[in-house]
Amino acid sequence: MSSFVLKDVQLANGEVTSIKVVAGIIEAIGQALDADSILDCSGLVALPGFVDLHTHLREPGFEASETVLSGSRSAALGGFTALHAMANTNPVADTAGVVEQVQALGVSAGLVDVFPIGAVTAGLEGKQLAELGAMANSRAHVRVFSDDGKCVSDPLLMRRALEYVKAFGGVIAQHAQDPRLTEGAQMNAGPISSELGLAGWPAVAEESIIARDVLLAEHVGSRIHICHVSTKGSVDIIRWAKARGISVTAEVTPHHLLLTDELARTYDPIYKVNPPLRASDDVMALREALIDGTIDVIATDHAPHPLEAKDCEWSAAAPGMVGLEIAESVAQLVLIESGKSSWQRVAEVLSSKPASIAGDESHGAIAIGRPANIAVIDPSAKRKISRATASMSLNNPYADRELPGAVVHTIYKGNFTVQNGVLQQKETNA
Amino acid sequence: MKHLLSTADLTLDQAISLLDLSDEMALVNQRETRKLPTLRNKTVVNLFFEDSTRTRISFEVAAKRLSADLINFSAKGSSVSKGESLKDTVQTVAASGVDAFIVRHSASGAPYNLAHKGWIDTPIINAGDGTHEHPTQALLDAMTIRERIHGVGSTKAKNLDGVKVAIVGDIAHSRVARSNAHLLKTLGAEVHFIAPPTLMPGGFSVEKHYNLDEALLQIKPDVVMMLRVQLERMNASFFPSESEYRRNWGLTNDRFKALSPNTIIMHPGPMNRGLEISSEAADSEQSAIVQQVANGINVRMAVLYSLITGEKAVNE
Repeated sequence: MSSFVLKDVQLANGEVTSIKVVAGIIEAIGQALDADSILDCSGLVALPGFVDLHTHLREPGFEASETVLSGSRSAALGGFTALHAMANTNPVADTAGVVEQVQALGVSAGLVDVFPIGAVTAGLEGKQLAELGAMANSRAHVRVFSDDGKCVSDPLLMRRALEYVKAFGGVIAQHAQDPRLTEGAQMNAGPISSELGLAGWPAVAEESIIARDVLLAEHVGSRIHICHVSTKGSVDIIRWAKARGISVTAEVTPHHLLLTDELARTYDPIYKVNPPLRASDDVMALREALIDGTIDVIATDHAPHPLEAKDCEWSAAAPGMVGLEIAESVAQLVLIESGKSSWQRVAEVLSSKPASIAGDESHGAIAIGRPANIAVIDPSAKRKISRATASMSLNNPYADRELPGAVVHTIYKGNFTVQNGVLQQKETNA
Repeated sequence: MKHLLSTADLTLDQAISLLDLSDEMALVNQRETRKLPTLRNKTVVNLFFEDSTRTRISFEVAAKRLSADLINFSAKGSSVSKGESLKDTVQTVAASGVDAFIVRHSASGAPYNLAHKGWIDTPIINAGDGTHEHPTQALLDAMTIRERIHGVGSTKAKNLDGVKVAIVGDIAHSRVARSNAHLLKTLGAEVHFIAPPTLMPGGFSVEKHYNLDEALLQIKPDVVMMLRVQLERMNASFFPSESEYRRNWGLTNDRFKALSPNTIIMHPGPMNRGLEISSEAADSEQSAIVQQVANGINVRMAVLYSLITGEKAVNE
């Protein structure tokens, strides 16, 4: 197998050096390395390949929105080398058979590691536990479980799930949304929802579930992960829980770090998402929480939908937006352009923390002897986001916005899935 | 002004000129021949995705008095999940050549989508969208208040400076209250919301009150506008029972009698007599409820005329 060197690249710690990859493994880091090919990477930053804890790949069942292959392409272009595919497919990923199918589709796409997330409850119905152990012991080796899209709202069921997955080191990722408090909800509850006459989704519907669940996690001595944290109050509760020693981790999406509920004034459902876009003081609190470590990771909640699901009136539209190809830019905007954090933190929130939460051992670090899963970024790039991405769907709220940073190369297991910003198609995909 | 989507979009000048035009239409409607040839060969579509009798008929009469050809389209519900999409429906109808759409829809913002999504390029009149707005209702209310305050025939160019309006009831779910709050404030009126806390919306820079009796004493309103209360709200625990609602937030005979005899009583209809308003109040001299309905036609003629011809007055 051939070898290559990423020459004069900046690492997350600021050091400018070179990385030598041989047969898919990082063989050396240092100066004056030689190899079959040398890539000049001066001015670029090498980060461990990104790991998304929250991706909707839509396959099986909703292949008009996305497939494992198209989602993998979008992920690779976004600098990802691993993603976690949410369980709300059709059939639901609640059995060993479905998670193994999704994993196999990921292997055949061959662009990122696709780790299936298993449903917590059978059919996402919130009534009885899915066969968590069977999924954990399957070839897909599931460690993250979530009913995402729906909240595990029954406190007893949540308690049991938190407890049960300890047997195999699993973690429950909760979609925190009290269903009764959000019946018919369309957007963030606040002055704007009042004015627009769109039913409000109150912050307390998220915060009350997070408060309950961190206490449940403490009670049973389990860890818990909170999906797409969206409010200032949620940040406060998680900060309190961490200070108390509760084993809680949390994610924030790029859109909740960038966009606000003001956008609902357009009544354009491109901005409809669940949990909804919040107010600007929520956005500021989320940014601070990402900087100070209260929130552990950025996860995309990449949620493709076909055109017709958005080309309609707000209340009829499906919630969700794509996000794989702008995650790095938003991380850079919040952590680097703000002058408040570091590339080390970017590497943590996009790679090492999500990898450690999910137990993805081959991801999360650039180190000698480790698999070469690397994202090489041009931090000086400014790019105008185009609506069309490698995703099959066009529900892209970032279209025409200018964002900093661009993914130049993505290296997955030592192979370039993206080189000079261009997707490297595998012939086996044809 | 190409569309009428929200009264929040109307400037003071636009609002006054629409009201002045409505007054001119009222004169037309008093003539023996109540018909203007202005919109001859124009096609207007009543696009109603939600049940409505009074608003639909009012627009129908208004369009016909202006000699427009009117097409009534009604469909219950419209979403991707329930058959044809809003986009396909409206494009299909628009393809037959339409000069204005009058749109009633259960989804807040649906008229806004029709105006701005690029699906069609036709003037849109919002005839009530979800719990958002009902601009022509607010215009007819403002016209009625202006007539009562300044006197029929002496309203031209007048605003509503200092007029105190109390809107009472299920404001949170009321498109009438929203449109009125924006328009009345633009016209200079002082707007008060009176509602149980569960039915009081957030936002809106108006004075808010929970206690009806105290509020009426304190405000001494020139206008009391009662809103219809939907019984399904009771089942969703917004208030405990009809009788408790009536006791605390209904315009009962006792409350009505305690008002100044000059206080104007309004209701957008349809009324729940004996619940939010007593029959005595509704049928009193002070009640403007029938006048509101008549003015609905005047205002809708003015809006259709203004949007389709782009003119501000009949004789311009």
